[in-house]
Amino acid sequence: MSVRATDLLLQSPEDQHTLEEYEGRMPRWCTGCGDLAVLTAVQKLCRDEQLSREKVVFVSGIGCSSRFPHYMGTYGFHGLHGRALPIAEGIRMRRRDLDVFVNTGDGDCCSIGAAHWVHATRYNMNMTVMMHDNNIYGLTKKQASPTSPKGTHSNTTPRGSDLNAFDPLMATLGMSNLSFVAQVPDWIPELLYKVIAAAYHHKGFSFVRILQRCPEFMPGRFEPCVEDPDQLQMLTHADGIELSPALAKVYRFKRQHDPIDLTEARKIAGTSTKIPVGILYRNPSIPCYEDMRQPTELITPELIRNGLESELDRFTIWPSD
Amino acid sequence: MAAKQKAVSKISKPAMAIDEHIVEIISDSGEGAQKCGQSFGSIAARMGNGIWTVEIIPAEIQPPARSIEGASGNRIRVAGNRVTNGGDLADMVVAFNEQVLLGRLQANELSPGAIILLENKWRTDPNPAIANSYKEVHQQLLDEGFNVYEIPMETECLQLVRDPRRGKNMFALGLLCSIYSLDMDLAREQIRMTFAKKKTAIVESNINLLEAGWNWAEDNLDIKFKIPTEPAKEPYVVVNGNMALGLGVMASGMEVCAMYPITPATSASHYLSDVFSKVGGVVHQAEDEIAAAAFAIGSSYAGKCAVTITSGPGYSLKQECLGLAVMAEIPLVVINVQRGGPSTGQPTKPEQGDLLTAIFGSHGDAPKVVMAATDIEDCFYSVITARRIAEAFNTVVVVLSDASLATAQQPWPRPEFNEEWLAPPVDQSPIEPGTLPYNWDPVTGLSHRAKPGQPNGMHTVTGLAHDRRSCVAYNLAVNKEGVRHRSLKLAALQKTLKTPSVFGDDTGELLVVGWGSTKGAIEEAVQRVRDDGHSVSSLHLRFIQPMASGIKEILQRFDKVLVVENNWADDMEDELITEDNRRYSSLGWLLRARCLVDVDCWGEVGEQPIKPGTVEKVIRNRLEPLPVPKVATTVAAKRH
Repeated sequence: MSVRATDLLLQSPEDQHTLEEYEGRMPRWCTGCGDLAVLTAVQKLCRDEQLSREKVVFVSGIGCSSRFPHYMGTYGFHGLHGRALPIAEGIRMRRRDLDVFVNTGDGDCCSIGAAHWVHATRYNMNMTVMMHDNNIYGLTKKQASPTSPKGTHSNTTPRGSDLNAFDPLMATLGMSNLSFVAQVPDWIPELLYKVIAAAYHHKGFSFVRILQRCPEFMPGRFEPCVEDPDQLQMLTHADGIELSPALAKVYRFKRQHDPIDLTEARKIAGTSTKIPVGILYRNPSIPCYEDMRQPTELITPELIRNGLESELDRFTIWPSD
Repeated sequence: MAAKQKAVSKISKPAMAIDEHIVEIISDSGEGAQKCGQSFGSIAARMGNGIWTVEIIPAEIQPPARSIEGASGNRIRVAGNRVTNGGDLADMVVAFNEQVLLGRLQANELSPGAIILLENKWRTDPNPAIANSYKEVHQQLLDEGFNVYEIPMETECLQLVRDPRRGKNMFALGLLCSIYSLDMDLAREQIRMTFAKKKTAIVESNINLLEAGWNWAEDNLDIKFKIPTEPAKEPYVVVNGNMALGLGVMASGMEVCAMYPITPATSASHYLSDVFSKVGGVVHQAEDEIAAAAFAIGSSYAGKCAVTITSGPGYSLKQECLGLAVMAEIPLVVINVQRGGPSTGQPTKPEQGDLLTAIFGSHGDAPKVVMAATDIEDCFYSVITARRIAEAFNTVVVVLSDASLATAQQPWPRPEFNEEWLAPPVDQSPIEPGTLPYNWDPVTGLSHRAKPGQPNGMHTVTGLAHDRRSCVAYNLAVNKEGVRHRSLKLAALQKTLKTPSVFGDDTGELLVVGWGSTKGAIEEAVQRVRDDGHSVSSLHLRFIQPMASGIKEILQRFDKVLVVENNWADDMEDELITEDNRRYSSLGWLLRARCLVDVDCWGEVGEQPIKPGTVEKVIRNRLEPLPVPKVATTVAAKRH
């Protein structure tokens, strides 16, 4: 018999949402999959923010990570390969009362849905986008993805992949109207939570690239970084992410980076020999597309009647008296 | 009245009474022939004529000047009664140069002996090649028996404006107003409306050009016609099919239109972009066709039923999305303004080539509703109906229009707004706990859909096969259940459809069946042969999927059934074609399969909307000779 965490609490105020409320179906990801860490962080965020479950929609594409919405206790839309972003945009357009999250993978976002990603960045609609980047196609059983490092052995690249990996950070930092981009690995729970929370609190299109381990098809891809904290570079700032004393002790390489500094962000993403972790860029002053496109008046049958009649008037031939 | 300009005409000419005329105004692109044609049609409509206008559009924005393929302009059929199509051959052509005219001549669009008003400045063009070309074509026209009037349009306009290229069209309008005895006060009013956003000086200049044209015709031309008018007894609206679609979107209560530019659908979105905000709506120009469909699905999912508007190639790109909406049972209205295909095909030309794609498109079993607008008025009402069906049945509704309706204008009774057309407000009430996301009714397949914001309704919709809980289906039985219920919804809708009525008698020798924009042309052709005493009727379909009941019974009451449509059917005259391998026209396939009736078919993939005269010939070829020849009594006196 399972015991709920809340059962162990002495007092559980009834109006408080509990962690369990945000749980959906039992995850079917592989043991050790990084997606599980993301799910935990997100459920915790929902609980901490006390989000009304019916007011939250998780939208995804197709792939391992795109099963995410099924595992949430909220509304969810498990859509088409590559098309999570336009679906999420459609949801937000006239439903600004909803919190919209998007879960997408490296194939979903950087390959088949790449055009949508470029334009979603430009629209800057308010949503939190998590790109689960495991550098491989998992659900279709191990094919090289755009972010696979050169030389990756896979079913479509049996002698090693030929091309250099696509860099989602550099790509994002070159897109027009960008308002938020961050990077975080799945294996540091504190940072994973903090970065996703920062993305959630940013009003606009918040893009988080999550370095996600795939023990099944890319074992060892991130292991050296897991084992050696010196391979990561922590981007810290009063306006960005600040490390707890414990983490600060483990991760020796830190860099003060003001997230408003786009030039510096590009420099970090483009030249750093270490993996930058934290918020690379955040600009809260970029307007959101859905805010610009709201109706100026409350839509009522009367408004529609008047609007339609005034249009019909333009093209009407009236009977002569 | 126009008499203000001239007390007396130099040439006395009683106006000849005629039932109808087809008038074309053609020019190089950018010379305003379309504006002239539209204005001419509007004035005639306001006087109480029946009109149908057809745009003549070249493929390029600025095709080479004076080229055969560059002809741009308008065809206006003006009649004493209501007209339902663009008619057959032109009786009158105003041409700004002889090359664009040659284009129309080669396309066999002119009736024998048609009147031609030809700009004559080319006769004295400094370039001898141009001058010679003009003289040659002019001579050819005379040789072929056309009634050619050479008119110094630019010379006359130069007396009033510096750049006659941008004003000649209103001079031409003046000529036509005189020839067809149109009301000049209405003509001036029309110009004021057309140029409402321009400066007063521009309006005045155009009115001066109009009057100059009228005066010139009164003084120099010996032709004058009068088409009877019947002043409107009720208010009429004059817009083209795409604007009617746009008005329909406004009237349907939809708030979101997501689109990507594509010809010939785009003008519907242009119109909506301009006016949708009046009813609080928004047009989102997406980054591509797929995104437009996905965006609309997102909006619909969140409770704001949306429309995406496209044409053939864009419709193909949306297929995966349509499958998703069918699978997840999300309402969606898709408008496909068809054009010539496949591939890029003929973007500005009409064709009804997407019917089977509309019905069988996407992959797997993806049942969706397919309806087709039959005329301009129907474009308006189809969208309203489509939205209601989409939301009632939680599925995709495809509305087919085509390039011929897109730009055609016809007056239709002004609709009276009805609140029932509108979408209800998004339901945000709590769901009864325990309700399943897909509580499929075992008979109708219908289920209630919980929308984001509704407490207790939380679930994840998915394009994967799923069970009633919207959980991924991991066994065959569960998948089959979903497929079956989605299919049942179409049967449930079919039970609500009325059997379409037959035009003509209920039984007879031949039944002509059509769908969509060909209604006017088919019924006119049928009427002509009926007037000769033939036992021919027609049936026109609005709902193709599902198809109303009773159609098989209608088909069986006729000796022969012929489908006529604007798409390809193999010709039995071709050497290799036999009944074994013949590819039927789209509706031909469907009716044969649905009704088990040996349906013959005829299809045309031309550059112009199907003409009543063409259909008439096709019908006559299939009729037994009448036992006793009768003298024809026709509704319209003119016949080609």
